[in-house]
Amino acid sequence: MSAFQIVFLLIALLTLFSALMVVFARKTIHSAFWLILALFGVAATFATLAASFFVVIQVAVYIGAIAILIIFTVMLTRRSMEESGDQLLPGWGWAALVVLIVFGGLVFMLLQWQGIFQPPQVLTAGGENLENLGMALVMPDRYVIPFEVASVLLVAAMIGAIYVAGDHKKRS
Amino acid sequence: MTNWLEDPIRWIAEWLYSVLVGWGILPSVADVILMITGAAILSTLALLWVLFLIWFERKLIGRIQDRFGPNRVGPWGIFQSVADMIKIFTKEYITPQGADKVLYNLAPVLAVASVLLIWAVLPFTRSIMGVNLNVGVVYIVAVGGGGVLAILMAGYASNNKYAFLGASRAVAQLISYEVPMVISLLVPVLLAGSMGLNDIVQAQSVPYLVMAPVAALVFFITSMAETGRAPFDLVEAESELVAGYNTEYSGLKFGMFFVGEFLHSFTAALLFAVLFLGGWRGPFVDQVPLLGLVYLFIKTMVIYFLIILVRASVPRFRIDQMMDLNWKVLTPLSILSFLVTAVIAKVLEGQFLFQVLGLLAGNVILLVLFMEWGERRNKRNRRPMVSQPRPLATPASDETSMAQS
Amino acid sequence: MIPLAWYLIFSAGLFSIGLLGVLVRKNAVSILMGVELMLNAVNINLLAFWRYLWAPEVDAQVFVAVVLIAAAAEAVVGLALIISAYRRRQTVVVDEMNLLKG
Repeated sequence: MSAFQIVFLLIALLTLFSALMVVFARKTIHSAFWLILALFGVAATFATLAASFFVVIQVAVYIGAIAILIIFTVMLTRRSMEESGDQLLPGWGWAALVVLIVFGGLVFMLLQWQGIFQPPQVLTAGGENLENLGMALVMPDRYVIPFEVASVLLVAAMIGAIYVAGDHKKRS
Repeated sequence: MTNWLEDPIRWIAEWLYSVLVGWGILPSVADVILMITGAAILSTLALLWVLFLIWFERKLIGRIQDRFGPNRVGPWGIFQSVADMIKIFTKEYITPQGADKVLYNLAPVLAVASVLLIWAVLPFTRSIMGVNLNVGVVYIVAVGGGGVLAILMAGYASNNKYAFLGASRAVAQLISYEVPMVISLLVPVLLAGSMGLNDIVQAQSVPYLVMAPVAALVFFITSMAETGRAPFDLVEAESELVAGYNTEYSGLKFGMFFVGEFLHSFTAALLFAVLFLGGWRGPFVDQVPLLGLVYLFIKTMVIYFLIILVRASVPRFRIDQMMDLNWKVLTPLSILSFLVTAVIAKVLEGQFLFQVLGLLAGNVILLVLFMEWGERRNKRNRRPMVSQPRPLATPASDETSMAQS
Repeated sequence: MIPLAWYLIFSAGLFSIGLLGVLVRKNAVSILMGVELMLNAVNINLLAFWRYLWAPEVDAQVFVAVVLIAAAAEAVVGLALIISAYRRRQTVVVDEMNLLKG
């Protein structure tokens, strides 16, 4: 087992542990902070895949924006967060069973497939090619339409969120 | 072996490496040891440098306000911050009751770390830098998120509503000002055709301050807001809030927030120098690469001086003014400057001199038009002034309404 | 070198935990966190396949970018809905949002 593999295993275990803590933490705010650790773990996993652009994008988007948004929401809805008692729905054991079956099924299906043991492709020096990614996103015969649709989605989400979350002063 | 004059850091590193391998340490382990040593030295130097920065700022602000500033400890009071440091070391650590212990103690560490991490990608000379990351600019934005997180943690974990209010204010400000900052960061990226900071420096045969002055202006203002410096220091406005998010912190933990803030504004000046003033570029830098360090230092100190001057001379914004400035002025301005830069750089591609002049002209025209538009809008929206001072003895309401009409 | 299988099993685990979070948590914000975990697992999968099967080509990375954008949009709208619901009903517990129940 090489050092690289040990590093990967540590990252994976840390990520899975913090993901479990996201689910089982008593306070919602704690699960939000555990979520940040899990997202860091995912970013580190991206780093082992030599995708440095997505490492920084993961940190910038998820931790810099989404996680902070989530923490803010948790804090704004604090009154019901502080309720004592169980944070899990009754009968969560059944859900855990279902999830275990899903996980088992996924792993079983993966192991059936032969391509799972193949070595990685050879990358040229410098890792991923950012310029190619940028070109692929704007070339008319490649991915410009998905890209534009995604941009429109983002703008629509932004406007919708401002409208939905905005206080319309109806109650006073 | 490389020549020690050309690249002293690598020279020392190679020497250390040979020593370590000579001791029978595995080459890969020796690499890791060298990396950790380099990071430790760089961050220690950065943190010690803050001592000088604090003294410099206090002295300068003192002079601006017609005081002496610190002048007791050492010549010109230069050891004042050392004394302060020792004082802060010996203070009691208080953890407030009901605080979230882990997050409470993690927040100051994260606050300093998020600033120090930026130093990993800064090119100090042509070859002295932590990493030449090909996504350096996005990395800076990503690391900035850590600072926001630290403030949020501090505000939440200290279990104090003033700290929490301060943190909410701070995060609102930081997240809002990230938008124009990122867009203005894109302009050097566009001109250099790379996101690596060293590539950006290498592409600046003409400093981008000349080619993209509007983006430089927006970056200057927003980085001041990001660091929570004076006109934007509503985060810890001493006269309005108790002390913002670090109300409950004492001793060294408070000191870390404080150091992080000072280091952040110096780092912002450093980034400005790298992105818009040509970093280590200067005369004779090709012959003696170490001169780059001196040039970068001079440029940075000029910018830092400017930041302090702004701090000393501009009054604090109100929170609505701050948001107005961001969303109604800086964000549209940065988007427009990005568009103008992109169009002009593409149209005049190939003829370098015309490109520079065209970009300069385009930016100046953009700035003039934008300011003219803002002036008109302001004139339209300005509340009518009360022209005559109210006589003391007469009933107030009639007089003011008459004066206003 | 790390086998591809490790990445896939890791991401399957992360996906399952995210699913568990969606299924068992009471708090609507926690449910969104579970969705974020699932989307991250998807991204790990996509990038692992990119690295092991497609490497110099960038097509898989385009998918990752689109997933990131979708995740951001989803988080923004979801959290806005939660805040709006909280304003009206003073709760973020999904069991108590039962106006449509007959």
